[in-house]
Amino acid sequence: MRRLAPPFGTRIDRTRPLRFSFDGRNLEGFAGDTIASALAANGQMLLSRSFKYHRPRGLHSLTGADANALVQVVAEPNVDAGLTPLSAGMKVTAQNVNGSLDRDRDAIIDRIGRFLPVGFYYRTFMGPTPGAWLKLWEPLLRKKAGLGKVDMKAVSTAGTSSYLHCDLLVVGGGAAGLAAAIEAAEAGADVVLCEAEPELGGGLTYRDAEAQLSAMRDRAKTLVNLRVMTGTGCNGWYEDNWLALIAGDRLYRTRARHIILATGTIEQPAVFQNNDLPGIMPGGTVLRLIRHYGVQPGSVAVVLAATPEGHDVARALRAAGVTIAAVVEPRPLPRPSADDLRQAGVPFIEGHIEAARGSKCVASVQVGGRWIDCDLVAVSAGHMPAWQLPCQAGAKLVCDDAGGMRFEGLPRDITLAGSLAGHAAHDTVVADGRHAARIALRALGISSALPPPLPNDDAKVFANWDMPLAVDPRGRDFVDFDEDLQVKDLLNAVQEGYRDIELVKRFTTAGMGPSQGKHSARATARIVAAATSRRLEDTGITTARPPVAPEKLGVLAGHHPALERRTALHAVHLSLGAEMRPVGNWWRPYVYKGTSTRETAIVEEVKAVRDGVGLLDVSTLGKLEVRGPDAGAFLDRMYSTTHGNQPLGRVRYALMLNEMGTIIDDRVVLRLAEDCYYVTATTGAVARVYADMSFWNAQWRMNVDVLNLTGAFCGLNVTGPKARAVLEAIPGSIDFSPAAFPYLEGRLGRVAGAPVRAMRIGFTGELSFELHCPGSQAPALWNAITAAGKAHGLRPYGLEASRILRLEKGHIIIGQDSDAMTTPDEVGFGWAVSKKKPFFVGKRSIEARRRAGLTRRLAAVAFAGDLARPVGEGCLVLRGGNPVGHVTSFAVSPSLGRPIALAYVHPDDSAAGTSVTVRARDGAMVDGTVAGHAFFDPENRRQEI
Amino acid sequence: MKILNCPMNGPRNIEEFQYLGPLRRAPDPAISDDTQWAAYIFRAENRPGLITEWWRHTPSNYVFLAERNIVTNDVARTYDPSELRGAA
Repeated sequence: MRRLAPPFGTRIDRTRPLRFSFDGRNLEGFAGDTIASALAANGQMLLSRSFKYHRPRGLHSLTGADANALVQVVAEPNVDAGLTPLSAGMKVTAQNVNGSLDRDRDAIIDRIGRFLPVGFYYRTFMGPTPGAWLKLWEPLLRKKAGLGKVDMKAVSTAGTSSYLHCDLLVVGGGAAGLAAAIEAAEAGADVVLCEAEPELGGGLTYRDAEAQLSAMRDRAKTLVNLRVMTGTGCNGWYEDNWLALIAGDRLYRTRARHIILATGTIEQPAVFQNNDLPGIMPGGTVLRLIRHYGVQPGSVAVVLAATPEGHDVARALRAAGVTIAAVVEPRPLPRPSADDLRQAGVPFIEGHIEAARGSKCVASVQVGGRWIDCDLVAVSAGHMPAWQLPCQAGAKLVCDDAGGMRFEGLPRDITLAGSLAGHAAHDTVVADGRHAARIALRALGISSALPPPLPNDDAKVFANWDMPLAVDPRGRDFVDFDEDLQVKDLLNAVQEGYRDIELVKRFTTAGMGPSQGKHSARATARIVAAATSRRLEDTGITTARPPVAPEKLGVLAGHHPALERRTALHAVHLSLGAEMRPVGNWWRPYVYKGTSTRETAIVEEVKAVRDGVGLLDVSTLGKLEVRGPDAGAFLDRMYSTTHGNQPLGRVRYALMLNEMGTIIDDRVVLRLAEDCYYVTATTGAVARVYADMSFWNAQWRMNVDVLNLTGAFCGLNVTGPKARAVLEAIPGSIDFSPAAFPYLEGRLGRVAGAPVRAMRIGFTGELSFELHCPGSQAPALWNAITAAGKAHGLRPYGLEASRILRLEKGHIIIGQDSDAMTTPDEVGFGWAVSKKKPFFVGKRSIEARRRAGLTRRLAAVAFAGDLARPVGEGCLVLRGGNPVGHVTSFAVSPSLGRPIALAYVHPDDSAAGTSVTVRARDGAMVDGTVAGHAFFDPENRRQEI
Repeated sequence: MKILNCPMNGPRNIEEFQYLGPLRRAPDPAISDDTQWAAYIFRAENRPGLITEWWRHTPSNYVFLAERNIVTNDVARTYDPSELRGAA
């Protein structure tokens, strides 16, 4: 193999040689080469070992239509050598090889392949003993499966993304796409033209069409409203013309008002024995190697010409100095197409390639029983339209008996053009591009000119043909190279009873490899159609969902930055040495660890609250303002508790149910004015509560407005026996004395200059004041409180201490201690369900569920102080050996010195003093005792001092 | 990505919207028996064809109605819930 002199090699720059290596061998290519073309120029046609049988595989499509060219480039596996540009110093290695590419020890699998029929793994790896899958087969298969090697230390490269909008997106920059884009841009449309290859022109770039091509390229450059994106593939169509365009590591999320698809066709392989040997490749690949890269692809060639394109390939090979051993024509083709070749003495044979042989490269092919020596087989066996994008957009692929395919049922805002639309002759393809542009311009309302009529396309008659498949009883007649599937594998699937093409696909994995059926879907469908005595049209072609081509996870992952929320006090927490943890989207202090251990610090924080005073950032709580003349009546309908008659300045507990009567949130409501309530919601529930309120009022049409203040306001909870003393030491307008500010009251005023909404409530069971203020004022308020608290030993505390403190009081957290079925009665909140109100959400269901009776109750359960068994959330509560509930919260209480829990128990076991059985994580049974509703201060004296 | 035409904000990407389920008329809780009520709570019609649904434009917190063909996913019409009153 050698490089050909110019004009061959249009894409390479011979002045810029690049050194690279393949499997440790130092080689040289040129700038503009792909890895595969550079390897071909160095005579390296063997690129990989096949997925299942480890058969030698070589360069096939150069367009990503097969997995033969997948190689490893340092840390990156599964790089398509046919598409990836060569770069200086590239270290390329072969994949899926046990030993070396030339001497792959796993090649033995090819010989024992008949013992490994399709579907064998569904049955074989179940035995011989129970557990054999996990112990024996899974580790073995894991080693054998997959292609490249993942480097666990590799640094991830995240992609970037952009949005793109246009009037018209033209996908595919071949003759039709170029013509369409130019026509539409000339009429004034905002046009984007994307082309997967590095240059525009498609098939024109490797056929003798310089003059036409450069004229169109030059015109495209002059149009400012035509954005040309080469090296950009369209990887998927989604609803309302939303498309994924991928250029390297950048994803363009594209919205087009109209789309012209001009993605052309995919050349299909011929099926015969050993049709997968290196050196056997589609005619288009031969043309590309010669024209683009100046690579002579072999020295003696056999050309299979099932379509007139084969004659072009033969001509190109002759021009490149390759000897043509034979042009094999399986059907009569129009004579003028090949007269020059015949006159030049090229031997023509009517017939078929029946088989090929060779070890690591094709050495000869059998035609009519005669073996012909060669080192290259160029296969022009016909094309299949690139069906992925039209079918994703809802079109159906319809086949005619002459082997042609067309699409039916496309949406109005998509037009097909060029060979994708079934045209073959160059003039027709270009005219069809303009025709499609006219249709698009009319649809876009830019121009009303009627599309011109299309010229006759004589070439179309011979462009498509379903070449008979040379099925070989000895097998090795490959249909899907990616998945190593032979004709008999598909026939077996039909014999197993699979008729549906999609089921055959799933049973055999046909079309499930990296190329997603690009070279195999048509042959698969033909084989299944023939085996089930149906027409191809009735069998159909397997669905090709996005992505059209393999895409890197990094490209997908890179453009979704995680949404995170920080309270206005975030920096304060960090300066205090807080260990921050995510709670939903929020970051909250888990514990202020300082220099001590996490466990010690948590216990100290709990003790500080019980004995002195603590400070908690509760800014993440939901905060809603409900305003309007109907505000009270509205809350009465939303909550099971009563708020319409709530006195001004009073705080009330509020319980929200869904229509099923299940608890979905609980918090407090402060009445600020006759027509204004301040409502809090659980951190995780506020988005839903806010949406629910808006949804219900869209139906009720009450005169009320809901405002979400969650992000605007901060909340600080000052709690502990000394809370009042701390707040009274801060200058402000609020009287915190017990007489002026009793339990469950709210006050507006200023504290340390900050406007606050103060509520006397308590999750901890201690004397507590919750101060809400605008976020901008929160750090100053925090500092004022900590400064005043210094004398009283005030300590900020985190989420874990807060969780323990509330558990000691038996306070539940909705969502942790409740689930999708929890009724108020089950958690002892029956009192919060109004009997007087005529309506609230969930009322009717609660009535029905009360009649059905209780099946469980949430109870506070205490364990012996020396509990040695691992008990935790999720552990089952058993009664007579049967599960009746589970533990929902668990902690070792620093205040009581023993483990405590909330757990669902049988209703008959919910009385204080009853013993219940819990199954620990190690399976041991542990006894617990039901306490009253609270473990700590059950009389609630401390919060009301 | 689908585009939904919000009556207040115009055509927007579907990811900006929250689906709130089909428009259903609750039976009168005072006179319906438990079976009728349970059917309202738990039973979904799911009939193919054009149905009316509740949607919410999340950033603006605007709740509206859409008539959508659940077979073709075509949205025939979107409108403000105040129009319901006339229809009822």
